[in-house]
Amino acid sequence: MTAKRNIIADGLAGDITRAKVEGKELTKEEKQRLRKEKKQQKKQKDKKGENDEKAPSERDKEKPVTPSSTPLSMKPPTQKAPSAVPAPSTASLPIPIPMPASEAPGPSPSPTSADKPVKSKAELKAERRARQEADRASKQGKKGGEPGPQASSSKPKAPPNELQPVVKRLPEHVQVDDPAVVKKLAKKLERQQTEGQGTAKKRSGVKIPLRSDYGYKVSLFSHLHQYSKKAPLTQQISIPSTVIHPSVVRLGLQYSQGIVAGSNARSVALLHAFKQVIRDYNTPPNEELSRDLVNKLKPYISFLNQCRPLSASMGNAIKYIKKEISNIPSQCKEEEAKNKLQTCIDSYINEKITLAAEAIYEYAIEKISDGDVILVYGCSSLVNHILCEASEKSRKFRVIVVDSRPRLEGREALRRLVQRGIRCTYVLISALSYILPEVSKVFLGAHALLANGYVMSRVGTSQVALVAKAFNVPVLVCCETYKFCERVQTDSFVSNELGDPDDLMVTRKGKTQLEHWQEVPSLGLLNLVYDVTPPDFVDLVITELGMIPCTSVPVVLRVKNVDQ
Amino acid sequence: MELQAVLMAAGGGSRMMDLTYNTPKPLLPVGNKPLLWYPLNLLERVGFEEVIVITTKEVHKMISTDPKMKLDVKMKLDVVCIPEDADMGTADALRYIQQKVKTDILVVSCDLITDAALHEVVDLFRAHNATLAMLMSKAREFTETVPGQKGKKKAGEQRDFVGVDGTGKRLLFLANEADLEEGLAVRKSIMRKHPRMHIKTGLVDAHLYCLKKSVVEFLVDNKSISSIRGELVPYLVRKQFSRASSCPKDKEDPDQDLNRKDGNSSLEILRTAPVDEPLLQLARERSCWNDHRGDMSAAYHGGRLRCYVHVLEDDGEGVCYRVNTLATYIEANRLAPKLFEEPAVHPTAVVSERCQVGADSIIGASCQLADKTSIKRSILGASTTIREKVKVTNSIIMHGVTIEEGCNIQGSVICSNAHIGRGADIKYCLVGSGQRIEPEADRTNEVIVGSDQLMEI
Repeated sequence: MTAKRNIIADGLAGDITRAKVEGKELTKEEKQRLRKEKKQQKKQKDKKGENDEKAPSERDKEKPVTPSSTPLSMKPPTQKAPSAVPAPSTASLPIPIPMPASEAPGPSPSPTSADKPVKSKAELKAERRARQEADRASKQGKKGGEPGPQASSSKPKAPPNELQPVVKRLPEHVQVDDPAVVKKLAKKLERQQTEGQGTAKKRSGVKIPLRSDYGYKVSLFSHLHQYSKKAPLTQQISIPSTVIHPSVVRLGLQYSQGIVAGSNARSVALLHAFKQVIRDYNTPPNEELSRDLVNKLKPYISFLNQCRPLSASMGNAIKYIKKEISNIPSQCKEEEAKNKLQTCIDSYINEKITLAAEAIYEYAIEKISDGDVILVYGCSSLVNHILCEASEKSRKFRVIVVDSRPRLEGREALRRLVQRGIRCTYVLISALSYILPEVSKVFLGAHALLANGYVMSRVGTSQVALVAKAFNVPVLVCCETYKFCERVQTDSFVSNELGDPDDLMVTRKGKTQLEHWQEVPSLGLLNLVYDVTPPDFVDLVITELGMIPCTSVPVVLRVKNVDQ
Repeated sequence: MELQAVLMAAGGGSRMMDLTYNTPKPLLPVGNKPLLWYPLNLLERVGFEEVIVITTKEVHKMISTDPKMKLDVKMKLDVVCIPEDADMGTADALRYIQQKVKTDILVVSCDLITDAALHEVVDLFRAHNATLAMLMSKAREFTETVPGQKGKKKAGEQRDFVGVDGTGKRLLFLANEADLEEGLAVRKSIMRKHPRMHIKTGLVDAHLYCLKKSVVEFLVDNKSISSIRGELVPYLVRKQFSRASSCPKDKEDPDQDLNRKDGNSSLEILRTAPVDEPLLQLARERSCWNDHRGDMSAAYHGGRLRCYVHVLEDDGEGVCYRVNTLATYIEANRLAPKLFEEPAVHPTAVVSERCQVGADSIIGASCQLADKTSIKRSILGASTTIREKVKVTNSIIMHGVTIEEGCNIQGSVICSNAHIGRGADIKYCLVGSGQRIEPEADRTNEVIVGSDQLMEI
């Protein structure tokens, strides 16, 4: 009886795989057989300890059971528009695989009570394994259909019980439109636990609230977060924040309100906050500082990420700190370790930001000659520093500051340059092609340099670089090496940051035209923050290691990794 | 720890003596809960776990012993009793507890009833690293007739003039009408830095302040400041725009008037830089943010002292009441039931079936309501006894009151343990604590208090 059933099961499995491969609908008999096997499997789970002589007779009874309920169970609820074939293909899996497993221990002759718990454990294990494989298969199918908007879900995916193709995991911050991913993130934030505690102690979870998105998102960017300044994350945490260190809460607020803006400023402020955290940190008993402190920092980093997505420079700084913390020898005393970490942070800032700025200035000053007309875009702290220092060295040049809404950062750059006595002109980006014939050089700052040579910077930079290229004006990007990151992207859509859409509203003469933009169903406000400039438009990158072409970024990264 | 909460509950209620001569102000019942419960509930809801309560011994005794004044708060209350004879202002009280203050403080007054989002005030305090952040709300018109007020309402209390900048958050100017003899003078230094200032009147100060720890240390040095609202806050607002003191000058002339030196040095306490200042300075330099535009100065004009205010403008943002006059007391009682969801009729009250209790009324514990009574828009305190055929409308009845048959109470406030004889007709009166109204009395618009409580001239 068992052998026969096994043969049927195998045959069924073979049929189903054949059907999947050929893309045909399962025939009626196959469907019926599937339903029968599923019912049997369910019955097996329910009546585990029962006598097995009864089971076969029950199975015979199940045949004429109404098939109406099963078509519903056949299609598992998928989020994307489910097509006919992938759904049954994933649903069919759980049935043949646990079947032989449940069959095998089943019809053994009258199991004794001693054998019963052992066999049910094996059954459970097999079922769990089958369920995992089914989940993996369904995830495979979903992942395959997700990144491309033209989800070709009509084509069946490769049968998952063969070798799984390697699919790179997408970071969650570009999967905001997938509810499952958002739910997973919410759970992860809730459960952000401090690991490493003994099993005897109760695990204390640090609950970081999840910030919800605001307003209608333009469909091309619906995979990114869009937060509102009017709904800060501090609404959801208690006011005397005991869970999160007060300086981290303050920093998060300053990020989300834009008080600390700019890649360098954000990194320095982050390291400053971490210095406070380390200073107020006390190693709990039975813990090692090197392990516990890193775990303490994790919820703070998630909190800051929720307030405003981390920049590449911040990411590199965090990596450096974590490495330094884990390199602390275990026999080091707490005070000593804390002092060591504070000096590490100070030296990092000194080397990578302050001294790097000096070095970049040394290189850049060779490129500025008397009588130059230099164009800058937005407010880059590094470019401002270079120009201010150059004017002190009495180079005669004048500056054209190009600005754009909604941030209007160029005004701040203008203020700093004019304060030093530099002759400046101020235009908006729409006047770029008008002003460019006058320009001799373009100096741009960068938020990050990607591994394929693309420059990620404030939105509008690629425009400036493009028009400059059209006018044959050299474009120089100034960037410290700690902003180099190993990410690769070729367009500004896949990974970006969406600012508060309400920033685009402007009040002129007492009237705000876009005040009720949310009520217009076909209107979406898009406030992009970053864009990427291809390396063809950039002539030179000035770093503290020298003046390199854009394509040498991966070399620098490799050398840096070797050093570390 | 980020913030410590300090609750000021030692005030005397000088503007409603008729109510407070027997019951201290923090224990006045509002919606059958002591007034003290409301700010404590606010702090608990927001997430505080400990509160320092500054109060008198009398109030402390009543809180801990009186079972009626049940304070079901789960926070740890650290009660500090100040001596009653010392006429201490709120700033003096802060100086008194200086040892307990370890971080920045949030000072709340006991007569504040609000459900505003406190995080707005605290966010201003955190984000801008402010010295002072406070809460203000638009004053509301009181439509109810206030008992004991004969004739037209008085012109109202002295107004406050509040000057804010364009964003509406930075506090530039704060003065009370009483302090401005000739007119409103605005210093040139303010106008130079903030050419556009909006001056608002008609704002009620919620007496909720976030203060930096250095302010408490400053108070210890400056013993002349005794009230937070009256003196400290206007002083801080003024000093935002005063020129930074020049220390070398003082060193050269030690015989110069010491007053100036002391004033400058104590001001420096307010302006002291925290540890790691160079890093913060670097971050601020590199940041491309400025709080104003149009002139050549950096963010905040380089000033270290900053005061911020959050104004509750529309009604959507919450209610805010300060119960310091009779009118606000009645108004608060009117709206208090909406602030917490408890059953209107206490489970231990004995309400007979032939009695009509309106939806906006609150019946306290152990009340006894006889037949044919009608209670509309009123609040009955605990253990009150209402006999038959009584009509109570728009009134506030405190605990322990007995109202005999056939009475008609309208728009009145009957304080605790009073006794209203049968057939009395009380309209818009305030019956003091423990008073007896004779039967068949007909009082309108009177304040009935005992002769010993009448003011001494």
